[in-house]
This record gives sequence, structure tokens and C-alpha cells, in this order.
Amino acid sequence: MPISRAARRATLRLGAVALAGALLAACGSGSSGSSASDGGKVTLTVDLFGTFGFKEAGLYAEYEKLHPNVTIKESSTEQENDYWKALQTRLAGGGGLADIQGIEVGRIAAVTQQQADKFEDLNAFGAKGRKNDYSPAKWAAATAADGRTLGLGTDVGPEAICYRTDLFKKAGLPTDRDELAKKWSTWDGYLALGKQYQAKAGSKSHWIDSVGSLYSLMIGQQKERYYDDSGKLVYKDSPAVKAAWDTSVKAAEEGLSAKLRQWTPGWNQAFSSGSFATIGCPAWMLGYIKGQAGNGGQGKWDVAPLPGGVAGNWGGSYLAIPKGSPHAKEAYELIKWLTAAPQQEKLFKKQGSFPSSLGAIEAVKDVRDAYFSNAPTGEIFGKAAETSPVQVLGVHDGDVTQQITDALNEVEQKGTSAGTAWSHAEKGIENAVG
Amino acid sequence: MTLTATAPARTTRPPAPLRRRLARLSPYAYVAPFFTLFAAFGLFPLLYTAYVSLYRVELQTPGQMEWRGLGNYTALFGDEYFWTALRNTFAIGVISTVPQLMMALGLAHLLNYKLRGRTLFRVTMLLPYATSVAAATLVFAQLFGRDFGLINYLLGLVGIHPVDWQSGTVASQIAVSTIVTWRWTGYNALIYLAGMQSIPADLYEAAELDGASRWRQFLHVTLPGLRPTILFTIVVSTIGATQLFGEPLLFEGSVSGGISHQYQTLGLYMYEQGWGFFHLGRAAAVAWVMFLLIVLLVLVNTALARRRSGKETKR
Repeated sequence: MPISRAARRATLRLGAVALAGALLAACGSGSSGSSASDGGKVTLTVDLFGTFGFKEAGLYAEYEKLHPNVTIKESSTEQENDYWKALQTRLAGGGGLADIQGIEVGRIAAVTQQQADKFEDLNAFGAKGRKNDYSPAKWAAATAADGRTLGLGTDVGPEAICYRTDLFKKAGLPTDRDELAKKWSTWDGYLALGKQYQAKAGSKSHWIDSVGSLYSLMIGQQKERYYDDSGKLVYKDSPAVKAAWDTSVKAAEEGLSAKLRQWTPGWNQAFSSGSFATIGCPAWMLGYIKGQAGNGGQGKWDVAPLPGGVAGNWGGSYLAIPKGSPHAKEAYELIKWLTAAPQQEKLFKKQGSFPSSLGAIEAVKDVRDAYFSNAPTGEIFGKAAETSPVQVLGVHDGDVTQQITDALNEVEQKGTSAGTAWSHAEKGIENAVG
Repeated sequence: MTLTATAPARTTRPPAPLRRRLARLSPYAYVAPFFTLFAAFGLFPLLYTAYVSLYRVELQTPGQMEWRGLGNYTALFGDEYFWTALRNTFAIGVISTVPQLMMALGLAHLLNYKLRGRTLFRVTMLLPYATSVAAATLVFAQLFGRDFGLINYLLGLVGIHPVDWQSGTVASQIAVSTIVTWRWTGYNALIYLAGMQSIPADLYEAAELDGASRWRQFLHVTLPGLRPTILFTIVVSTIGATQLFGEPLLFEGSVSGGISHQYQTLGLYMYEQGWGFFHLGRAAAVAWVMFLLIVLLVLVNTALARRRSGKETKR
């Protein structure tokens, strides 16, 4: 079929245009910048994990009232693992980062040792003056070898045990926190009481939520766990890891665990269903319990000091500013304000995240928590925070804990022998460190 | 391109041969957009992945590349979890694909009859396919819950002990396969249905005159007529099964595919290496092994099909 000359020329031109369009589309680069500003208005983005509680405690609203030109947008990922993955991908790609990013204490060594160039040195904004607000250890952990300070501390995770008084009563156990603390002054005492509970409670309710959380709690009491002072990975020969592992395996074999994996939907549901009677409780867990158990849990929970005679720390966080944030200065102002003593104090009273600022620790000494049967949380966690060991941190702390707790879950859920599970943990860690 | 397009305006050269040459070139211009995009987003990543797989690259420090040669590949083949993932991928592939395609065939056969509300049924079939993987998986994860899941509750009503759909090896693989089956059965059924409708009706009439039952008609008219369609769905499902990723990842939100890697597929294993442990070099090696595996599987599929149809024509 003959095509007219004009038509043919038109089609040719069309082809050329289509090709050029496709090439343009292929070359178009994604525009970066998470926040927009017009006039004096600034939108600060904050990306966090778990429950920091800033929003819930009304701190953003307060800051926005103090600084009418600032709008704060928060996004949060429930699991720190997922959050860290996304953060690493964004750091590598250089896009999609928020003005302020939360960093968990298990990852802070990776930041100071490997990624110091990817975050702003907060000393450049005047963070130096804040040094004496914190315990030397909390400050030092976020400082790189060359003296750059990459994050300001928010909370710490002093440990205690949270327990359900209603379930204890049903099983005929004492509910008084001082009496319980005496009974479980050792971990053996804690497990013995667990056996007593299990005998009464049957198969619907268990003593602890998961042996993985029992392990994390115990390992929090140790100074040296996965790395030695020189930064060598020594978890295989660590007596601390072995002790925590053995006790957790024992608890699994005695059937004291509800066999729930932490941070899964099933675990979340169990907070209100009463599937477990006690749970390892770093201070930030208070806010998590309130969130999961809701109003129905009010007054059913209580807090008692940790077994084992030594205080422990599990978790805690920092706020950092990734390089390239268009509002680094404003972001620092917000971080400075959020981590200042009065705000940390407010956060503890409303949410339960325990302050890392020395001034705030002093100020919350007499705080009691109505949700947790009026327990003297300020005193219990304050004591723990004061005496908990200064942990030696390493690049792969988070990975090692993850692999070991996974292996422990295997023991309790699949009945895998402790030896086989441990070899799985070793293999997993080898893969992760690789 | 613009240059050549305006060229015919020149008068010094005889216009006819040039125009003919241009006309010969124009098909290439038409297909160029696809191939340009394919080169940028298909071929280049493929080659770059091969390049990366020879280095040690970590996500935290992507600038530092350390030559490893085939080290990533040997490490891969020495890793027990790689073989577990390979085994799981096959197991889940079989558990999900075989019942899925058989059910799809049956459904298509039923929908091919004159039914009241046929269009409604056909649209309904496609709904799961239109659902997002994430939404479907999250709902199924709730249904398969160990303590509070609906499925265990129903099993309890008929006196069956609760099944641990998460940590049991076979149970978790069945659970993940169920999600896949649920999403893709309708899609395949529609493809079969389209294939069935292109089979000439007189073949069925002739068969009926010869006294063939419905079942015989299905066996001897429908199935042979559908052979190319079936081959297509098998190839596509095989590729899909080899790349299975979203369902096992979101089932428990675990990159390791459960506490003992019991339902970790190759796709998930790659993700764990790359975005769980940040070993991009290792992940690139997994990607290439997967690519070669898929090519191999497709070749085997086609060879089998060719042999069958070869026999068919000889008869």
C-alpha cells in the first residue's frame, strides 16, 4: 500500500520524537530533598523506629508552637532491623533521607567506625557544650575516633521485669514487687518461680514471652559480650554469652516460654491476651506495652527490679543528621531541644523512655507510673541506669544478637537441640560478618 | 535523528534512493525506544551485576571495592543456607505451581460452559491477581497465625491440633504456597479460558457425534488444543516460582525466611545477603546464579515440550 510522502515524513519525525522522549525519560534524575521550604517556613522530617514517643508525648506540637515557622513530619518503622536496612540503602543511594534519623545503640559503632563521613559533625553546631549533660559512656559511644560527634543521646534502656499482677494472683504467686525482687534475686530463682507459675497456669499462659527476650535481657547485664576492647569478635568464647545462652535454653526446655518471636504480629497480640506473665522490660518497653495492651491493660501490669544482682542495659538511641540535609541547622536545633533535660523528663513521664541526660535522671527520681500499678519507675530504672555496665560495642552487635535470638527461637519453637541451634547461630553470624 | 528527518528537503541529491534508505531504517527507529530502555534498565544492570559479583562490596562502604575473583561464588556454593534456599524454592515452586495450574484448568473448563453470570465469575477470578502482594500476604499471615489464626481455629473445631504455620518446615511452605496459589489461579484460569475459546467448536461437535463424553472431550480435544497455552503458563509460573520473594518476606517480616530458613527462597536469600547483611557482591553472585538457573529451566521446559510435540507429529 503506497504511503504519501508527507505521511511518511511525519511518521519518521514521530519516531525521532519518540526516541528522544525515551532517552530523556531514561536520563531524568530523581529530584532529591525530603523537605520543602518556602519563605521562612521549614519542614523537618524525622525518621525513627519502634516507639520513640516524641509525637505521643506531644513534644512536636510543643516545638511547633515555640517555632511557628517549623513543621515536623515523623515517619517510623516498627522493627529496628527493617529501619536500619532502609537507612543503609538510602545512605548508599544518597536519597530519601530524613533531616533527622534515629540510631539504635547496637548500630552506633557501625556509624562511628564506618560511616562517620555520612553524618554531620554535631560539634560544628555547638554540641560540644552538651557533653557534660550525659554520662561519659553515652557520649563517647557516638563520637568517632577523630572527635566528631555524630549523634545526641535520647534514651537509655535500663532493665527491669514487667509482670501481670492479675495472672500472678490467679496462679497464687505473690504480687508485691519487693517480695518478688527478693524471690528472683538470681536467675535460677526467676526460673524456679516460673516453674511454679507454669504448674498452675497450664498451657494457655506462660512465664515469659520468648527465650530470645530472656537472652537479650541477660546479655544486657554484661560489659563484654561480642567484642573485646580491641574490636575483635569474641562471642564464641565469651562466658557471658554462654551463661545467657544456657539459661535461655533451660527456660525453653522447661516449657516456660510462650514461644513468641519478638516484634511479630503474634507477639503484639499476646500483650493483651495474657499469653505470658512476665517480660524483660527495658524502660522503653513500658511505652510499647502501653501501646499494645491499650487501656484494658491499665493497672494489670507492674514493674520489679531485674534478677541476677547486676543492673543491665538493653537498647537506647541517638538522633543524628545525615549529610546533605538542606536544613541541618534547624534540624540540630530540634535535636538539641528534644534531647534537653526537660523534654527527656517529660518523655519518661508520659511514655517511659528513660532519659540519658543526667539532669533528667535526677529529675525523674520520684516518678511513679499509674499504668503500671503506680510502680516507682523513676527509682527502679534510675538505680539500674546508674549501675548498669558500660558495654563494649562493635560494628555487628545488632547482627550477632539477631542470629543468636533466632537460634534460641529455633530451640523453643522447633525443639532443635541446643548444639545444632548454636551451630546455626555461628553460621549465621559468619554470613553476616562475612 | 532530527537531522535525518529533515534531510529529504535537500535538493542536490536525487531524493528517491535516500527516501528508500530512510524507509528501510524507519522500523529500527520504531523499535529503538524499547531497546534503548532495555539497554539502560535491562542489559546494563545485568552486566554490571556480573561485574560487582567479582568484588567484595559492602552497602555501608559502596566506594571500596575489593577484588575477589570467583570468591563470592565459591562462598555461595559452600554456604549450607544457599542449598536450603534452592531446595525451598523448588519445594515451594512445586507445591504452589502444580495445584495452581490444575485448578486453573478445571476452573477454566467450568467457565467455558454457558453459565448464568459468567462475566461476573470471570471478573471475580481476576480479583486476587489485582490485589497487592503485601496486602494479601499480611492478611494470610493473620489467617495462618499459630495462636489466634482463623485456620487453626477451624482446625480446632474438627479436633485437629493447632499447626505451627510459621516454624514448621512443611507447614510454612504450604502456607506460603497457598498465598501464591490464591493470587495466580484466577489469572491462569483466564489464560486457559482464552485458549479454550480459540479451539474450533466443530471439533467438539464432531467428538460429540462420535459419542465422546464430556471428560473424553476434555482429554482429547481441549487438552491438545491448549498445549501451547499450557506451555506458556508453565514457563511463566516456573520463572515466577524461581523469583518468589514478596510472599516469603512479608509472611513473618523475616529476611531469613523463618527462624531456621525453613521457607527462605533464593530471592529472599539474595535479599538477605544484600540488604540484611549488606554484602552487595555476594548478592550480585546470587542474582547471576538465579539468572542462569532460570535460563536453564526455561530451556529444559522448551526441550521437553518440543520432544512431546515431535512425537505427536510422528504419530
